[in-house]
Amino acid sequence: MKKLLLFVPIAALALFSFSNNEDDNKGKKIPSVNIKDMAGNAINTAEVSNDGNPIVLSFWATWCKPCKQELNTIAEEYDDWQEETGVKLVAVSVDDQKTTKMVEPYVNSTGWEYDIWMDVNGDFKRALGVNFVPHTFLIDGEGTIVYSHNNYVPGDEEELYDHILEAAKK
Amino acid sequence: MKKLILPFLLLSATAFGQQILLPTVTGNVETTFQYLNEDTLIGAQQPSEKAVLNSYALVNYSNKGFRAGMRVESYLPHVLGYPDRFSGTGIGYRYVGYTHKKVEFTAGNFYEQFGSGMIFRSYEQRQLGIDNAMDGLSVKLTPTEGFTVKAVYGRMRYSFDSRIQNSDGLVRGVDAEIDFNSFLGLLDSSKFKISIGASFVSKFQNANNAQYNMPKNVGSYGGRVNMKYERFFLSGEHIIKENDPSFDNGYIFNNGHATLIEAGYSQKGLGIVVQAKSIDNMSYRVDPDAALTDLQINFLPALTKSHTYNLAATLYPYATQPVGEVAFQADVFYKIPKKTKLGGKYGTQINVNFATAYRPVRHTSGVNPLDSNRVTYKTGLFEKSDSLFYRDINIEIKRKLNKKWKVGVKYFHFDYNNDVNVVTKDAKGIISSHIGVIDVQYKISRRHSIRGELQGLFTKKDKGNWATALIEYNISPKFFFAVMDQWNYGNSVKSRQIHYLIGSAGYIMGASRIMVTYGKQREGIFCIGGVCRPVPATNGLTVTFTSSF
Repeated sequence: MKKLLLFVPIAALALFSFSNNEDDNKGKKIPSVNIKDMAGNAINTAEVSNDGNPIVLSFWATWCKPCKQELNTIAEEYDDWQEETGVKLVAVSVDDQKTTKMVEPYVNSTGWEYDIWMDVNGDFKRALGVNFVPHTFLIDGEGTIVYSHNNYVPGDEEELYDHILEAAKK
Repeated sequence: MKKLILPFLLLSATAFGQQILLPTVTGNVETTFQYLNEDTLIGAQQPSEKAVLNSYALVNYSNKGFRAGMRVESYLPHVLGYPDRFSGTGIGYRYVGYTHKKVEFTAGNFYEQFGSGMIFRSYEQRQLGIDNAMDGLSVKLTPTEGFTVKAVYGRMRYSFDSRIQNSDGLVRGVDAEIDFNSFLGLLDSSKFKISIGASFVSKFQNANNAQYNMPKNVGSYGGRVNMKYERFFLSGEHIIKENDPSFDNGYIFNNGHATLIEAGYSQKGLGIVVQAKSIDNMSYRVDPDAALTDLQINFLPALTKSHTYNLAATLYPYATQPVGEVAFQADVFYKIPKKTKLGGKYGTQINVNFATAYRPVRHTSGVNPLDSNRVTYKTGLFEKSDSLFYRDINIEIKRKLNKKWKVGVKYFHFDYNNDVNVVTKDAKGIISSHIGVIDVQYKISRRHSIRGELQGLFTKKDKGNWATALIEYNISPKFFFAVMDQWNYGNSVKSRQIHYLIGSAGYIMGASRIMVTYGKQREGIFCIGGVCRPVPATNGLTVTFTSSF
C-alpha cells in the first residue's frame, strides 16, 4: 500500500508533464547546482544572467557529433544573433574524465565564443532532467525556461532562433 | 510513515508549483521496450516473455536551498545485456538535501567524484547498466572562497530487486581542494592559475576467504595539481591504494598506483593535448570478490578517443586494464582558416589522434611469491614493456563546402590485443585493422536534410572485412528516419556473410522523443567513456521514449 501511494505523485507529475507537450519545461527556473566553468571558476547555475537578455543553455560533449554540429552551425551565426537579440550561449559539457581535458583545446581551436561550463559528473544534467545530449534550453530575461529541445538535425538552429527572437521581444 | 512525507511534498509541489514560481520540479522519463524474435544465424534469443522493458522516471523537487527527489525504475524483465539480478519495479534512487552558500548536504543517494575519479567516482551510466550511487551522507563545505572540503560516507548501490540493493561494505572518503586564484586573494589577478587537491578514501569490508587473511579496511590516498598559464595547462594526479587482495588481482597483497599527467596548449584554430597514464593493481571494489562493472569505487579513464562511427566504435573498442597498463595519448585539433585557398570559404577542421597502451613491467627477481606477505612483484611509474595492448591512429578532415554541402572523411588504424581485452572468439593475438569513413550531408531546404555514411573495415583476422552504409533523412524540428546496413562481406565462412539491416524513425516534441527501431543488431561491445559492456545480438522491435520536464 505504501508503495502504491508513492506512485500517485509520480503518475500525477508524468501526466501533468505530458499533457503540456512542447511546454514541458516552460515556466521553470534553472536549478541551483555548483559546478565549474572551463577556466576552473566556481559557478552556481542558478545565478546565470545576461542583463535581461535571453540565454541559451546547450548540453553537449566532445564525443557527440550532432552536438558539435549544432554548436558549430550556431557559431557561424552567433555574431548576428548577439547583435540582434543580445543572446548569450552557455555550452555545458557533460564530458567525463576520459574526455574532459579535450574540451578546452576543442573549443579554442574551433573558435567558439560561448561560455563553457563543465558538468563532469552529470550533477547539472540530472538536476535539469536531461536524458541525452544534445539538449538545448532557452531562458528568457527573467531567468525562466521558455523553450527546450532534445536532439539536433540541421534546421533546428533556425527554430531555436525564432524562439530567441520571441524571448528578446519581451 | 516517514516514507510518506517525500511523495507528499512532491504532490504539493505539483499542485502549487504553477501558482508560486519558486519551487521547481524537474525530471525525466526514459522507457525502452523491446519485442524480440529468435534469430539463430546471428545468435539472437527470444526470452520466454518475448518482450522486455526498462523504465526510469526521475523527479527532482527544489525550493530555495531544499532539494528532494527520487527515481522509480522498472525491469519487466530487463533489456538483454543488463545484469540478470535487475528485476521488478520500485525506487532505485532517492535523496533529500540542502544547499547553502557554504554548506551543502545530501542524505540518501548521491553521486560524487574526487579529482579525476581515479580514487573515487560514483556515477550513473544507464546505457551501460552502471549505477554505483552512494547511499548515505555527503557533505560539501566551502568555509572560504577557493577552499572546498567534501566528505562522503555510505554504502554503494550494487543491484536492484524492486528496491535498491546496496553493498555490505562501506565507503568513506574526504577530499579537499584549494584554488589559489580565489583563496584569500592570493593570486587574484595573476595569469598563473593553480589549484591543488588531496583525497583519502577507505572501504570497510567483511570479506571471508578460506585461504587468505583479508584486510577489513583498505585505504587509498592521493593528491593532484592543476596549473594554467595563459594558453598552456598542466595537470597531474597520483593515487596510491594499499594492499587490497581481490578476485581481479588474484588475491595478491601488493599496493597499487594510478598516475595521470595531462598537458595542453590551445589558441584560436589550434588545440593540442598530450596525456600519460600509469596504472598498476588499481581495481578498487567495495566487495573484493565482485567482477564486471559491479561495486567499483574508482574510475580509471581510458586514454583513447571516444569514436562515434559505428565500425570504429563497436568492433575493437579499448577499455582500461585496471590490473595494469601504461598508456599515452596525443590529440591535435587544427582549423585551416576560412577564406583561404586551402581552408575554403568556411575553413576546414582537422583532428589527428594517437593513442596507445602497453603492459607494465613486473619485476619478480628477488621476490618470493610464496612467502607470507604475498607481494608478488615490483613495478615502477611508467615502466612499460614491449607488450602492446592497443594502438589507435586516426585522422579526420571535415569541411563545409557551401550552404548546402558538408563533407567529412576519416581514417583509422587499430592494433588490438585480443588476448588482453577479449572482444572476439574468432581471433588470437593482435588484430590489425584499417577503417575508412566518408560522411556527406546535404541540406535540401530550411527543414529538410539528408545525410549518408559509407564505412569500410579491412582486416585479415577475426571476421574479415565489414562495410556499413547509412542514410538518414531529417525534417527539422520533429522527424528523423534512418536505415543502416552492416555487412560482414569478408567473412571467410560464406553463410556468416550476414547483413545486419536496421531501420529507425523518430518523432521529437520539444523535450520529448519517441524512437522506433526495427531490425538486426550485432553482438558486440558497447562503450561509453571508455567503460564497456557486452551486448547480445538482437532481432526485433525497439521503442524508446524519453521526456524531460
